[in-house]
Amino acid sequence: MVTKEDVIHVANLAKIELRDDEVEKFREEFEKILEYFDVLDEVPEDVEPTYQVHDLSNVFREDVPGESLPRELVLMNAKHVEDGYFKGPKIMEG
Amino acid sequence: MGYATSMEPDVIIGLEVHVQLNKLKTKLFCSCPLDYHEDEPNTHVCPVCLGLPGAMPVVNKEAVKAAIKVALALHAEVQPFTVFDRKNYFYPDLPKGFQISQYDRPLALGGYVTIETEEGEKKITLKRIHMEEDPGKLTYKGSITTAKYCLIDYNRSGVPLLEIVTEPVMHSPKEARLFLNKLRIILEYLDVFDGSLEGAMRVDANVSIRGGGRVEIKNISSFKGVERALSYEIARQKNLLRMGRKVERETRHFDEVNNITVSLRSKEEEQDYRYFPEPDLVPIYTAELLEEVKGTLPEMPEEKRERLKAQYGIGDNFAKVLVLDKVMADYFEEVAKHVDPKLAASWVVDVLRGELNYRGKDFRFAYEMLKPEEFAKLLRYFREERITEKGVVEVIRIKLDHGGDVDEIIRSRGLFAIPKEEIERLCREAIEKNPKAVADYKGGKKKALDFLVGYVMKATRGRANPAETAQILKKMLEE
Repeated sequence: MVTKEDVIHVANLAKIELRDDEVEKFREEFEKILEYFDVLDEVPEDVEPTYQVHDLSNVFREDVPGESLPRELVLMNAKHVEDGYFKGPKIMEG
Repeated sequence: MGYATSMEPDVIIGLEVHVQLNKLKTKLFCSCPLDYHEDEPNTHVCPVCLGLPGAMPVVNKEAVKAAIKVALALHAEVQPFTVFDRKNYFYPDLPKGFQISQYDRPLALGGYVTIETEEGEKKITLKRIHMEEDPGKLTYKGSITTAKYCLIDYNRSGVPLLEIVTEPVMHSPKEARLFLNKLRIILEYLDVFDGSLEGAMRVDANVSIRGGGRVEIKNISSFKGVERALSYEIARQKNLLRMGRKVERETRHFDEVNNITVSLRSKEEEQDYRYFPEPDLVPIYTAELLEEVKGTLPEMPEEKRERLKAQYGIGDNFAKVLVLDKVMADYFEEVAKHVDPKLAASWVVDVLRGELNYRGKDFRFAYEMLKPEEFAKLLRYFREERITEKGVVEVIRIKLDHGGDVDEIIRSRGLFAIPKEEIERLCREAIEKNPKAVADYKGGKKKALDFLVGYVMKATRGRANPAETAQILKKMLEE
């Protein structure tokens, strides 16, 4: 069961504001999505979790410095810039 | 500090220590150079550490090896299989909207750090060690309260970070500080960490008093800060309990300016981070890396302490202090190559260390200003009685403050001790030229001797040893 409160909580985590009718719409959709996961209940408990769907492992890079981006390009798409910094909202909580 | 520092079994402290592996050359998932401290904001960034769409992370092999090295040195169990996860939360220091960290498959479990408390040795046990990327840095123009927005620098974003989590086994702010000091020493021995760089080690502290809720204090950026934040927080919780009120489980922020902790009112809990395996990275099997790293573990502080005692015959009091800083221990060993090690140990620990501390410097500075060979030469002069103790100290100070050549300093300052024959000659001269003082002395006025000593001191511009001079004079007068 997905409740209205669950939807609002998840929306808050995603910093999204929902109208009441949207909350109900997402509640129904979430419920449907979660139903898909019921299939996992059939898996016996001694099966190792899947962390990656292909067989690759230990893919590494050597510790050799490369080029960073020129700052004009770094800041190019940002709307709010000051003294080479990105400007962001003031947030007190950590 | 007027706060409680002694052991209190009811106070329970656990730490989460974030350590930058800042001796590496590149970030954890991209090739951006790590040496950003002196540089302009947002100049050490690329599509990967900016979280641009389509950019793919690739793990820095040396970072994993450095992490394994730390885990081994902390006696932790390196896991055969380890995975990166996404930790999701919205905060401007993370350009991607999540941090790549580790969750249920961390790099290592367990381990411990031994600290020396007044009650004796104590093992601070560890819960886990995992790898993650450092977030970017937020700054505020003016102060955090008056600024209207934050400025974001992503140079730090993606720096390889270790999170070392202790069990809740510490019982005083002082124990927490001892643990952090020891951890720093170990990390510096491993040559994976430079603690002198800003933000190199950051701490979250969990503290509770039996019967109360657990409070997490976030992001304390100095060792002193940890002790102060904990002391304040313990006093605050005790007050609440004394008044019969409840200590709420919450997250607080340490205000370094006012030395208080402030509630953050954030309600995010672990499940809210919605951890899931990072799909852009593949799992790591550690067996091969572990073998590679095992051969590269250097001598650790405890081993070094025992070796210094055995090899140089120095006391534990000196060995114990020398190993507190690997650079100091190295410096001592180089001096000890050229001069009696016991003499070297006491001068390095008791004098040079103090002079460096006084100047806010460490032994890296000594390597620059007073090389071990130069210090050894100075101590040899002292042993040969060509320079007094006071003279040695004076040369050390001049070398640390101005540099220059040891022999030249001794000569120009007239610090070479006067040979014994010269003192004797001056004593005879003093007696010959001051018949009245001699007569006074022989007549029972023992104070007249001081006058004769003063004559010799004046003639040598203070370089003669007064006690020795008095001895010589007495002997001559009584013959």
